[in-house]
Amino acid sequence: MSKAVISKLQSEFGDGILEKNAFRGDDEVRIAASDWVKVATYLRDEQGMDHFIDLTAIDYPEREPEEPRFDVTVSLRNHDTSARVRVRTRVEDGASLPTLSTVWSGANWAEREVWDMFGIPFEGHPDLRRILMYDQFEGHPLRKDYPIQRAQPLVAYRDVPRVAKLAPFGVEEGQPFARIDWAARLDGADAQVSPSIALQSGQRRALSDSDIHHGDAVAPASEE
Amino acid sequence: MAGMTEFKTGESNFFTTKFEEILAWSRKYSLFQYPFATACCGMEFMQTASPVYDIARFGAEAPRFSPRQADVLWVVGTISQRQAPVLKRIYEQMTDPKWVVAFGTCASCGGFYDNYTTVPGVDKVIPVDVYIPGCPPRPEAVLDALMLLQEKIQSGASGAPLVVPPREVPKLAQLGVNKRQAIGATAVYPEGTIK
Amino acid sequence: MEPADDIIESEDTALELPSDPMRLNMGPSHPAMHGTIRMVLDLDGETIQNVDIQPGYLHRGFEKSCERGTWNQVFPYTDRLNYVSPMLCNIGFSLAVEKLMDITIPERGQYYRVILGELARISDHFTCNGASAMELGAFTPFLWVLKVRDWIWKVLEQETGARMTHSFGRVGGMAAPPTETFHHDVAALIPHIEQVTGEVEHMLLHNRIFLDRMQGVGNLDKEHALAMGCTGPVARSAGIDCDVRRDNPYMLYDRFDFEVPVGTTGDNFDRFMVRMEEVRQSVRIIHQALEQMPTDGPVNHPDLRVSLPEKDDVYNTIEATIAHFKLVMEGLKPPQGEVYSYTEAGNGELGFHLVSDGSGTPYRVRVRPPCWYNLQACRSMILGDMLADIIPTFGSINMIGGECDR
Repeated sequence: MSKAVISKLQSEFGDGILEKNAFRGDDEVRIAASDWVKVATYLRDEQGMDHFIDLTAIDYPEREPEEPRFDVTVSLRNHDTSARVRVRTRVEDGASLPTLSTVWSGANWAEREVWDMFGIPFEGHPDLRRILMYDQFEGHPLRKDYPIQRAQPLVAYRDVPRVAKLAPFGVEEGQPFARIDWAARLDGADAQVSPSIALQSGQRRALSDSDIHHGDAVAPASEE
Repeated sequence: MAGMTEFKTGESNFFTTKFEEILAWSRKYSLFQYPFATACCGMEFMQTASPVYDIARFGAEAPRFSPRQADVLWVVGTISQRQAPVLKRIYEQMTDPKWVVAFGTCASCGGFYDNYTTVPGVDKVIPVDVYIPGCPPRPEAVLDALMLLQEKIQSGASGAPLVVPPREVPKLAQLGVNKRQAIGATAVYPEGTIK
Repeated sequence: MEPADDIIESEDTALELPSDPMRLNMGPSHPAMHGTIRMVLDLDGETIQNVDIQPGYLHRGFEKSCERGTWNQVFPYTDRLNYVSPMLCNIGFSLAVEKLMDITIPERGQYYRVILGELARISDHFTCNGASAMELGAFTPFLWVLKVRDWIWKVLEQETGARMTHSFGRVGGMAAPPTETFHHDVAALIPHIEQVTGEVEHMLLHNRIFLDRMQGVGNLDKEHALAMGCTGPVARSAGIDCDVRRDNPYMLYDRFDFEVPVGTTGDNFDRFMVRMEEVRQSVRIIHQALEQMPTDGPVNHPDLRVSLPEKDDVYNTIEATIAHFKLVMEGLKPPQGEVYSYTEAGNGELGFHLVSDGSGTPYRVRVRPPCWYNLQACRSMILGDMLADIIPTFGSINMIGGECDR
C-alpha cells in the first residue's frame, strides 16, 4: 500500500522526487524544500494521508558546504489503509522551510520543537517560539556543535559548602569509550575519543592519546 | 506562645525546653507534604502513600498543594533549568518551619542527566534536609528518610549532613544460576496469599 | 499565546458587560497537572476562552544524551520516558534497533517481552484511570489500583530486579531469561487483576458525580484528532480505529486473539472506558501468551555481535571475551541507515526514528512521543469547557512528563 503511494507520488511529481528509498521497509522519498507544502497537500488530499505521525530534523554538520546541513522528515499515515510514508528534504543552516501546520494541525508543536532544538525557522507558523527550552536559552541544543554539558542556569547555583559531591562526568572524565567529542571533531582536530573507533574510522589519533591522559608520553601529532 | 518565641538565649528553662520538645514531637508526627512531583519518582511516591507501604502510619500522608500550608517540600523527580525558578519560588513561599526532602538521585545530584537542561541537584537552588538516593528509591528508603527527617526535627539539628550507614548489613547475594535455590526462595505468590 | 481560532461564543458564555477575560496561570507545579505542564488560561468567569499549554518543564535531554554512549546505554533513558509503563518503552527501543539490524529474537524472548509489556500496559492504564478518579474525589479506587500496581511491580522486581525503571530490554533480547516462577507468578496474579478491574468499575460507573464530570466533557473530534496526530486510547475514544498491534503486528501479536475497543464521542468517559477495556484485553493476551510460551530455550539472539555472551563463556573462552569486550567498549554496530519503528505503548504509537552512522554510538535517536500529540489536542478538548473540566480532561489524556518532554 505504501509502495502504491510512492509510485503515485512519482507519477505526479516526476523529477520532483529526488530520491526514493525503502531501507528496512520504510518507504520514503526525498524532495526539494520548494515542493514541501505542495507534496504534503497532495499526500493529504489525494492519497488520504490524514494521520500526521511525526516531524523531525537531523543534523549533519559534516555535510556542509556541499550539501545542506539539516534533513527535515515528516512521517505520515493513511488511516484507512494503514499505509505509511516518510518525506524528507534538506534545509541549509539559516534557511527556513514553509510550515505544514496549515496542512496538518499536529505539525504545530513538532515544528516548534524543531525550531527550538535545531534552529530551523518555519515560515508562516502561527506561533514560532521555544517549546522545550526556556526563552532565555541561547543556542539550539540538538545541533552537534552545542556541547551537551553547557548549561545556562536561570537560577544562580548556590554554594553547598558542607556536602561533598563529585563533579559530573565530562568528556575526558570517567570511561571515554564510545563517546564522540563533537567539538574536536567539528574543529577538524579529528579526535575520536575511543582509540579503537578512531583507528577504524581512519583518524590519526584519538583524544585519549593526548596530553590530558598521558602527559608527555605520546608525541602530539602535527595538528594542534 | 509569645513567651516561646521571645526568650533570649541563656534563658531557657525546664518548661521552654520541654515545650520545644513537645512542639517538635507534634510537628514531626503531623507533617503536611507539598509533593513537588515532576517525574518518575512520583510513581514511587504514590506507592509510598499507597496501602502496601503506607506513609499514613507516620502521620505524613496529608498533601497540601499550597506552599503556605505545607511543612515539608518533597522534591520528587528531576528539576530542569526551566523548573528551577518555580521551585525556588515555591520554597520561598513556604512558611517556617519548613524542611526539604530531595527524593531520588535526580533531585539529590542530577542523576544520570548530566546535560544542558538538568539542575545537578536541588540543593543548588534551595537548602535540603534529607537526600534519598535511588532511581527511584524503594518505598522503604523513602520511609527511612522520613524517619531520619523526624529525628532531625526532634533534635532540632541543622548541622552538617551525614551519610547514614545502613541499619543492617545484608548478606551478600550469591551470584549464579542457582541463586534462588541457594537462598531457599519460594515463588512470589504461594497459593492463597494475595488478599 | 497562540490565537484561539475557535473561541467559543454562545449565549451562556457571552460577556454581559464588555470586559477583558481573566488570565489565570495553572502550573507548572500543580496537583492536577501531573507534574509539569503549565497552562495559561483566558477565562470568562469559569469558561475557558483561550488556553496556551506550555510543556517542556521536564525536558531532560533524552535525545542529546543518547548520542553520548552506545546503543545499549540508551535503555535507562527509555525507561524514564513513559515511566508508568517503562517495559513498553524498553521493548519499543529494542525493536527499533533490531529493525535497524534486521534481526529477530527467539520466540521465547518475544513471548517474554509480550507478557512483561502487557503487564506494564495494565499498570499504565490503571494508574491513569485511578488518578483521574482520585482527582474527581474518588480516592478509594485509586488506592485499589495502587495496590494492584504494587503486585505487578513485585512480579517485575522478581524478574528484572527493579520495581519500576528496570532497564531490562536489550538489543537482541532481554537482560536475563525468565525466572523459574515466572509462569506461576503471572498466572496467579491475573485473576486478581480482573477482580480489581471489576471492583473499580463497580465503584465508579454508578456514581452520578463521576458520570456527570466525565461524560460529554472534553470532546475530541475525529478529523481533528487525526490531523493532530493523536494515537492510542485518546484517538480510539474519538472513533479512530487504530492499534499498532493489530494494524502492523510486531512481535507475535498476530498470534493473539484480542479486540481493540473504540469509543464514539471522544469524551473523558470514552477514554476511561477504552482504558478499562484495554486492561481486559491485555489480560486476555497474557493468558494466551502464557499458554503459548515455550518453557525453555534461548531468550536472546544468538549472534555474539549483538547479545552479550554467557558469563561462563566469557571467563573461559577467548571468543566470548572478545565479543563481550567489543560489545561493552564500542557498542554493537548497526549498519548505516535510518529507520522509523513504532509500537503500541501505553499512550499510543511510540515511535523511534533512529539514525545510525555505522559506529557503536547512535547518531540520532528521535522519540515520537504519543502524549506530545495528545497533549496538543488537549487544547481543543478544553476550549469552551469550564475550569473544573480541565481536571478530568487532562487526567484522561495520560500526559506523562518524561515521555512528553523527554
